[in-house]
Amino acid sequence: MKDLKGYVTADGRQIGGVLMEMRNITLKFGGVVAIKDISFDVREGEVRAIIGPNGAGKSSMLNIISGFYTPSEGEVWYKGEKRPPMKPYEVARQGVARTFQNIALFEGMTVLDNIMTGRLTHMNAGLVSQAMWWGKARDEEIANREKVEEVIDFLEIQNIRKTPVGRLPYGLKKRVELARALAAEPSILLLDEPMAGMNVEEKEDMSRFILDVNDEFGTTIALIEHDMGVVMDISDRVVVMDYGKKIGDGTPDEVRNNQDVIDAYLGVQH
Amino acid sequence: MLYRTAGQFKTSYTADQALFPIRQDAYLLGIILIFAWVVFPLTASEFTFQTLLIPILIYSLAAMGLNILTGYAGQLSLGTAAFMGVGAYACYKMVTIMPWMNPVVAILLSGVFSAGVGVAFGIPSLRIKGFYLAIATLAAQFFLVWLFEKWAWLYNYNASGAIQVPNLKMFGVYIAGPQADSMIQYFVVLGIVTLLTLLCINLTRGNLGRTWKATRDMDIAAELIGINLMKSKLTAFMVSSYVVGVAGALFVFMWRGAAEPNLFDIPLSFRILFIAIIGGLGSIMGNYLGAILIVGLPVMLNTLPQTLGIPISSAMVEHLNIMIIGSLIIFFLIIEPHGLARLWALIREKLIIWPFPY
Ligand SMILES: Nc1ncnc2c1ncn2[C@@H]1O[C@H](COP(=O)(O)OP(=O)(O)O)[C@@H](O)[C@H]1O
Ligand SMILES: [Mg+2]
Repeated sequence: MKDLKGYVTADGRQIGGVLMEMRNITLKFGGVVAIKDISFDVREGEVRAIIGPNGAGKSSMLNIISGFYTPSEGEVWYKGEKRPPMKPYEVARQGVARTFQNIALFEGMTVLDNIMTGRLTHMNAGLVSQAMWWGKARDEEIANREKVEEVIDFLEIQNIRKTPVGRLPYGLKKRVELARALAAEPSILLLDEPMAGMNVEEKEDMSRFILDVNDEFGTTIALIEHDMGVVMDISDRVVVMDYGKKIGDGTPDEVRNNQDVIDAYLGVQH
Repeated sequence: MLYRTAGQFKTSYTADQALFPIRQDAYLLGIILIFAWVVFPLTASEFTFQTLLIPILIYSLAAMGLNILTGYAGQLSLGTAAFMGVGAYACYKMVTIMPWMNPVVAILLSGVFSAGVGVAFGIPSLRIKGFYLAIATLAAQFFLVWLFEKWAWLYNYNASGAIQVPNLKMFGVYIAGPQADSMIQYFVVLGIVTLLTLLCINLTRGNLGRTWKATRDMDIAAELIGINLMKSKLTAFMVSSYVVGVAGALFVFMWRGAAEPNLFDIPLSFRILFIAIIGGLGSIMGNYLGAILIVGLPVMLNTLPQTLGIPISSAMVEHLNIMIIGSLIIFFLIIEPHGLARLWALIREKLIIWPFPY
C-alpha cells in the first residue's frame, strides 16, 4: 500500500513523499529518558497521529520537531535535508507551525492581533516604514490582513475578531490558536491535543476543521490526540508511543489490531 | 449617543485599520489638537507654560518611551532617567562642539545616542527577566549617573559639574537658553512630541507592536511562532531609549535650562514609571493622562486651596501630593493595572452602547 512515492488513502487522497523524518531520536532529561530511539516519517498531505498514554513522550516529540528541545541523539530530516541545530523561531520560519497542549495565546491581545502574529514570518518591512505606516509596511499590513480574514472566515470566528482572547471560553481559544497556526500557511502543522478538554460537539467541530484544513489547503498535519475514536476517524497513519518507545506504526486498522498496542494502551486505558 | 457607531460600516480592511475606526475619536483628537496648537498658546501665561504645559508634554514623552519597553514589550526598566541623561548630555555635546547645528536636529539626534546605550544595557534582557532585569537596569542607572559626574568631558570641564544650556537660535529666533521665549519653546516641544507620538502609535499598532506584545505575553510561544526574541527585545530597548533620550534632551534644553548629574537619578526614573503605571501600561494615550495627573496634581494642590481661601502650608501640599500619588499607584497596581487609559476605554465602551445597554 505504501511506497517511496507515496500512497493512496482509503478515502482516495493521494499522499506524497516524505516531508519530515525523525531518525533514531533519543531525548534525555538528566537521567530520565523521555524518548528512546524512535524513528518515523510524516508524508506530504497526510494526517499523521501520535498517540500514547500520558507521559509517553508525545509532546516532547513535537517539541523536538519545533526546535524547542534538542534531541540527545538522532536526526531530523525536513524536505529532504538533514536539519542542522536551529532555534525555534528559525524552525517556524521554515514553515513549521503548531498549537500547544496548554493554550499559549497572547492574552493581552485581541483575537485578530493574535492571528496576525501568525503572519509575522511573512512580513519584513523595516522599522522606518512601519513607524511612518507607509509604503511596504502599509501594503504588508493590508495584504496579510486579507489572508487572516480568510482564516477567520474558514474557522467561523468572524464575530469575535476584536475580542481580547482573555475573555474567550476554552473551546474558542483552542480554535483561535489553530487560526494563528493556520495563518502562517505552514508546510506542516503540529497540533498538540487539539481536542483535549472539549465536549463532544466541540470535538466534532474541531475534527471537521482539521480535516477541512488538510483537504482544502493540502496541509500536512501531525497531531497528538488522546481520544482514540477521533484518532481512528481522522488520521491516515498512527504512531503509538509508550514510555518513550515506539510500539506501533501504521494505519488506524493496523494499529488497532497490534497486540503490543492493545496491551500497552488500549487495554489499559479503555 | 455621543459615541454612536451605527451607520459607520467598514468597507475595506484599510478603513478598519485606519487610526480612528470610530469617527468620534477623530473629533475628540481634533479638539485636543486645536487646544494644544491654538487655544493654549494664545491664552497660557508664562506660569502655565513653565509649570504645566511644557513639563506635561516632556514627561508624557518620557513615559511613552518607557511604556514601549515595559508596557508593550514587557521588559521592566528602572533606569529611565539615566537614559534621559544620555540624551541630554549628547545634545549638550553636539551643540557645543557644533554650534552651527540646528537645535531641533540636535535634539532628535541625541536620541540616537541613548538608543545605542539602551541597546547595550538591554543585552542582559536576553538572559534574565522580570525582577532580575529590573535590577540590571538599576545598575545601568547608577553607572550612568556616576559617569555623568566623573567624565568631565561630558560637561565641558565646567567647575560646577553641571551643564548650562547656551542660547540657541533656529531661523533667527532663540529656542533654547536664557533668551528663549516660553511660547516658542512650547511649540518646539509640542511639534517634537506630536511627531514622536504619531511614530509610536504606528509602531505599536503594526507588526513590530504585535511582536513586542507577543514577547511580553508569552515569550516561549512567541519564539515558537517565529519571533526572534533577541531582535524583539533589542528593538524595544532601541526605540524606547530613543524616545526617552529625546525626552531627556527636551527636558534640559526646553525646560530646565541646566542640569546636574543627580537630576537624572532614581527619583526621576520612578516618577516616569509612576506616570506610565497610572496612565496605563500598554497604552500611548495613557502617558498623557498620567503626566497630566502627576505634573498637575501638585500645582492644583498649591493653587486650589489658595483660591478657596483655605490656608495650607507648602509642606502640607508636598505631603498631600505624596499621599495621593502613593494611593493612586497602589490602586492602579491592584485594581486596574491598565491605568487611566483603561478607565477611559471603559467609559468610551459605555458611551458607544449608551443609552441602550443591550
Ligand atoms: N522539560 C522537561 N524536563 C524534564 N522532564 C521532562 C520535560 N518535558 C517532559 N519531561 C518528561 O518527559 C516525559 C514525557 O513527557 P511528555 O512529552 O510531556 O509526555 P506526553 O505528551 O506524551 O504526555 C515525562 O516523563 C515528563 O515528565
Ligand atoms: Mg503532552
